[in-house]
Amino acid sequence: MIPVAFEYTRPSTVEDAVAVLAADPDAKVLAGGQSLLPVLRLRLAAPSTLVDLRDVESLHGVRVADGELVIGAMTTHAEILHDRRVAEHAPLIAAATATVGDRQVRHLGTFGGSLSHADPAGDLPAVALALSATMVAVGPGGRREIPAADFFVDYLTTALAPDEILAEVRVPDTAGWGYRYEKFSRMAQAWAVVAVAALVRRADGGVADTRVALTSMASRPVRATAVEQALTGTDGDSGAITAAAGHADEGTEPPDDVNGAADYRAHLARVLTRRALTAAAGA
Amino acid sequence: MSTTQEQEVGAARRRKEDAHLITGQTTWTDNIQLPGTVHAALLRSPMAHARIRVDVSAARDEPGVVAAYSGADLADELAGLPSAWQVTPDWVAPEHKPLAVDEARYAGDAIAVVVADTRAHAVDALDAIEVDYEPLPVVLDMEQAMADGSPLVHTDAGTNVCFRYADTFGDLDAAFADAPVRIRRRFVQQRLVACAMEPRSVLVAPVPAAGEYTVWSSTQIPHFVRLFLAMLSGVPESRIRVIAPDVGGGFGSKLDIYAEELLAFTLAKKLGRPVKWTETRSEAFQATVHGRDQIQDLELAADADGRIRGLRVDLLADMGAYLQLLTPAIPLLGRAMFPGIYKMDAYRFGCVGVFTDKTPTDAYRGAGRPEATFAIERMLDELAAELHVDPLEMRRRNWIGHEEFPYTQIAGLTYDSGNYEAATARATELFDYDGLRAEQARRREEHDPVQLGIGVSTYTEMCGLAPSRWLGERGYAGGGWEAATVRVLPTGKVEAVIGTSPHGQGHVTTFSQLVADTLGVPFDDVEVIHGDTAAAPAGLDTYGSRSLAVGGVAVWRAAQRVLGKAKTLAAHLLEVSEDDLEFSGGNFAVRGTPGAAKSIQEVAFAAFAAHSMPDGMEPTLSADFVLEPDDFSFPHGTHLCAVEVDTETGRVEIRSYVAVDDVGKVVNPMIVEGQVHGGLAQGIAQALHEVARYDADGNLTTGTMVDYTPPTAADLPSFVLDRTETPSTTNPLGVKGVGEAGTIASTPAVVNAVVDALRPFGVVDVPMPCTPENVWRALHEAQGGAA
Ligand SMILES: Cc1cc2nc3c(=O)[nH]c(=O)nc-3n(C[C@H](O)[C@H](O)[C@H](O)COP(=O)(O)OP(=O)(O)OC[C@H]3O[C@@H](n4cnc5c(N)ncnc54)[C@H](O)[C@@H]3O)c2cc1C
Repeated sequence: MIPVAFEYTRPSTVEDAVAVLAADPDAKVLAGGQSLLPVLRLRLAAPSTLVDLRDVESLHGVRVADGELVIGAMTTHAEILHDRRVAEHAPLIAAATATVGDRQVRHLGTFGGSLSHADPAGDLPAVALALSATMVAVGPGGRREIPAADFFVDYLTTALAPDEILAEVRVPDTAGWGYRYEKFSRMAQAWAVVAVAALVRRADGGVADTRVALTSMASRPVRATAVEQALTGTDGDSGAITAAAGHADEGTEPPDDVNGAADYRAHLARVLTRRALTAAAGA
Repeated sequence: MSTTQEQEVGAARRRKEDAHLITGQTTWTDNIQLPGTVHAALLRSPMAHARIRVDVSAARDEPGVVAAYSGADLADELAGLPSAWQVTPDWVAPEHKPLAVDEARYAGDAIAVVVADTRAHAVDALDAIEVDYEPLPVVLDMEQAMADGSPLVHTDAGTNVCFRYADTFGDLDAAFADAPVRIRRRFVQQRLVACAMEPRSVLVAPVPAAGEYTVWSSTQIPHFVRLFLAMLSGVPESRIRVIAPDVGGGFGSKLDIYAEELLAFTLAKKLGRPVKWTETRSEAFQATVHGRDQIQDLELAADADGRIRGLRVDLLADMGAYLQLLTPAIPLLGRAMFPGIYKMDAYRFGCVGVFTDKTPTDAYRGAGRPEATFAIERMLDELAAELHVDPLEMRRRNWIGHEEFPYTQIAGLTYDSGNYEAATARATELFDYDGLRAEQARRREEHDPVQLGIGVSTYTEMCGLAPSRWLGERGYAGGGWEAATVRVLPTGKVEAVIGTSPHGQGHVTTFSQLVADTLGVPFDDVEVIHGDTAAAPAGLDTYGSRSLAVGGVAVWRAAQRVLGKAKTLAAHLLEVSEDDLEFSGGNFAVRGTPGAAKSIQEVAFAAFAAHSMPDGMEPTLSADFVLEPDDFSFPHGTHLCAVEVDTETGRVEIRSYVAVDDVGKVVNPMIVEGQVHGGLAQGIAQALHEVARYDADGNLTTGTMVDYTPPTAADLPSFVLDRTETPSTTNPLGVKGVGEAGTIASTPAVVNAVVDALRPFGVVDVPMPCTPENVWRALHEAQGGAA
């Protein structure tokens, strides 16, 4: 289909980009376009102006600062997959990114775009939640930090104001943690029906810390706190994992759509959580 | 003898078509740019059933708009679309206007058109059209549609039943009475979308002063498009030229006369300018015909040892909201194929065609035969399971032995040739059937969460549509012949003009091979001309695996005629009798006289110059042939599929797939393999992935590639292919057909494998597509769980 006509601008600084957004409430940020363009082509949205961020140098790339991994919002999925720092400090991100769409999508789609789009079926929001990442937003009033737990508000809705840009994401170091992104999709290259992001830190033979976040089990990514509580403090054997995974769907409100009925998703969440934890806990 | 070249037929020649296709030098209809072209965009009803009042006047004021019309505006100028196959004398064939006039009957039904200077302007202006939709009750389910008091799709028809058809062969009561084994099943052939890679597109260029029209359309059937545009518009057929340029797939969905074709033609005539319309992918899902959609109630009666006594088939076939070109005939093309390769004493076939508020259905790869093959191959596995007999052994007990051909089966078709034993023996060997059965037993014993299933499909199908008389007896308006012209040009290069219209199959390559062998000319010296009613005026186009078995034979016959004439002329030029000539490697040589010879190229030039011709012989070296097929041909084969089923998630992985097909003589094995690969992908897609789903209001909820989930290469295994070769006896080339075989065979092989994996859990069927969720639910229900 053909989108409704729009203006197009390609600023080279975050400030200029924010200025356009502040001046025009109907303007919208364009990153890799992998989610936005389909929406425009189906005429589900008709922004007045697209503010293309590709020329904003400061939004690209990965660095390590103050013991944290810092990922620029415009870093593409493909760049993340090939980045040594990501592999070292937050391998869960690389594991999940490898399952995103297909090669073409990964070469255009961006880390920041995926998080800002806040599709509950997207793979990276749950990962950011499990990692307790911090979103750094820039608006007319300057920078502010938003914890992942507060960032994802609802279906396709984040805590970003319309005139704010997600600039970068700060990710605590999880080197040494066991991890697994267990994704279940109908086709080889597709969105998740359900996926589970799991991190397990072992100490003294037992499970010292557990983080589990679920993709596509509610209108936003959710932490499976009951699972986390049930596993942390155990010795992390298969019995403990199976028992903990049984809580995976607690408090979730899974969607009911062509990709899967709610009861099937609840079942999958339990099975996939068990598998994810088994891998992450090295059991 | 020194110039003898290698045999072309049987060689895996690279496709002549591919160089331009894979380097983007294509002529898709939408690529064609004509000066002054205006672009049409259609407004489609978002409601499945509604009374409509459409006001397009505001759209006329939008930027770039040239014209805008509602269905009511054009009601007198637009004829109804044709349905060419009247399956029963009392069928119900409601009027089907290209633009709905006062009621929309499916979500996607076109209700207004805007024509503008650019496509973007046309699409923008659709938003300015004002429509009052008064919702009407919607009926989507066939059984509800047949119930008393159901809402009606077509109020005037007074019924949702399009037709009722039934046939009985043999003594059914005797076959079923006191049969030791009776098995009843209901299978649902879900609705499918063809998803041709190139969406539909049409461009109509008028020459107003001459009253002439050139039509480019992404169609399988340029000759029928010409015929029907003439009949529906009143413009003489002789003033309409239809071109099917490069066409990117059809799978039956472009075997139709579409609203947009007639609309573009009418608008071009009205506006005196070229009019183009190209479908969006969203429109392709909603408004290009769908396939399948049958409910099959089956009952099989057998002796205690599994010998089949009788088969009863009752179908409900969803027509959708209107009849397209062949809609009602599609389920009936399966009528005689439900018995498959098996002998039986009696058979009944019944079918009711039903209207619902959904996209019309029509041909989709296999068209009626996949549905039939699925049913009988699933039933054979059910019978085997019931009697605890291996499914291959059960088939052996019932199939037609190779010594019994030609064999007239219970529904009256005469199978020309076949060797089911040979194909099955080869397939089991390649598959390691016994090894996989042993692994299956082990996994069952160990309660492996991933179970192994083995599925069998020993299919046959009916190719080479079709003897014209057969078609006429069944209510089809047209014939089934095919035409060809072969001419050797003065330079010795050859043109083969064909009446079939390729859209991916590789006719140009295959027919070049046939002609090269027949005339002894190099493969590269043959050009194949097709898909343009001005260049190839006679033909009935491509569908039903007919192009080689009917069209190829016509080409070969025409080439034989050319050869005959060439020989007469060569004898004349060499001043010998024809009996003294020996033809080989493109040379007519006088037997026993070294050096006395004429090449076919020399003969062609002599025929062109015409300085010395035998008395009464016409100049030039050219011949036509119109071939009326004697009968169908029946390819067959044995497909074996092994699946791994994760009983926790329901996911099915195809572990291995072996297809041994017998398509008679093979002209180009690489093309045959390509057809089988694509066919398998589409058949597997039906088994595991695809379904056109509607919500309760009649909205298509799987209307994008993301939701409809056609498989990609990453979803499919590497196929193991082989062939046996039992020549057809109904045509002189011994060829059968391969365009649909893979699709027909594979769906039951895969579903049989899935069910086989789950039988120990009490599962006897999994509804298609066997998605993880459907598999999980079937397992859950079989184990008494509330799913
Ligand atoms: C065929 C296909 C398959 C896919 N499969 C998957 C999959 O399996 N898993 C998965 O997770 N994703 C999948 N995706 C989505 C893909 O990951 C996208 O890249 C991602 O969702 C959006 O990133 P983008 O850079 O393309 O953002 P865009 O499409 O450009 O933007 C998306 C939205 O975010 C906003 N936005 C973007 N960047 C910023 C920013 N820095 N600050 C503020 N707002 C911003 C835009 O305004 C827009 O609203 C798929 C996409 C396609 C086309």
